[in-house]
Amino acid sequence: MSNFEEAHVLVVDDSSVDRRLIERLLRVSSCKVTVVDSGLKALQLLGVDGLKVDLIITDYSMPGMTGYELLKKIKKSSKFKEISVVIMSSENVLQRIDRCLEEGAKDFILKPVKLADVKKLKNYMKKPSTTRFNYFCCIYYYIFFLFFLSFFLFFCVFVCLSQ
Amino acid sequence: MDRNQLRRQVAHMRSSLIEQNYLDQQQFVQLEDLEDDSNPNFVEEIVTLFYKDSSRLFQKIDQALHSIPMDFARLDDYMHQFKGSSSSIGAIKVKNECTQFKECCLAGNAEGCSRAFQRVKQEHEALKRQLETYFQLRRQAGLVQRS
Repeated sequence: MSNFEEAHVLVVDDSSVDRRLIERLLRVSSCKVTVVDSGLKALQLLGVDGLKVDLIITDYSMPGMTGYELLKKIKKSSKFKEISVVIMSSENVLQRIDRCLEEGAKDFILKPVKLADVKKLKNYMKKPSTTRFNYFCCIYYYIFFLFFLSFFLFFCVFVCLSQ
Repeated sequence: MDRNQLRRQVAHMRSSLIEQNYLDQQQFVQLEDLEDDSNPNFVEEIVTLFYKDSSRLFQKIDQALHSIPMDFARLDDYMHQFKGSSSSIGAIKVKNECTQFKECCLAGNAEGCSRAFQRVKQEHEALKRQLETYFQLRRQAGLVQRS
């Protein structure tokens, strides 16, 4: 069972070209995608609208709230700190990368984003299908238990009747 | 013109765009790979977004270039955004001119910035003309296929 299927990714980028590109890369990788153009809108969706996501991928350089500031806000929040955050940037600045990783970013992707980068992202996502898998396992165990119990009861009744 | 001829023209133009460095092969192929039955015109769609972006940013850059004193940080920021979009669609020549412009901003060279911006616009216009022809050919080849 692939845990990449149905994963929900929130994309934050002020560039309309990059938003469309990353959205398309994620969709061909079987992800559900929500796209916003600012950190503020991202926080609004998560907080006020209660959007549930498995991964946040954000551009570093954005007007208003940078990707780094968004990362810090998410990691400081008790409600959202478990969500994996990946930072993207067109600039390969070591201090920037270090700072983001120190603040809790799972990875730093250099733009332009490629399909190979997106494929790597599945490693950072929560695995919703695991919970589903556990649920089904419990159901199977329960059904098996019922059959066993029924069989045992029949056996007891049979033994009693034959005496 | 028959379908095969049109298809050959499309392929030829595509190779030419890449050979002449208008487009980066790796990035452009990636864009093409993102096309499918549900998104048959993704490449043209994202290039159109790029034009909208460039139009908006060029206006801002123009205004900023005419402001006194020249705000180099702001100019650099605008060009950084445009450079990012250019890079995402694989527009190498345009991207390279953006880099030149940013260097002039860093050096605080006002005249250099103005000249570099002219070159950015020239490369952008050249790419736009090439891509318009390319997409038109693609559409014609597509139309011929459907009939």
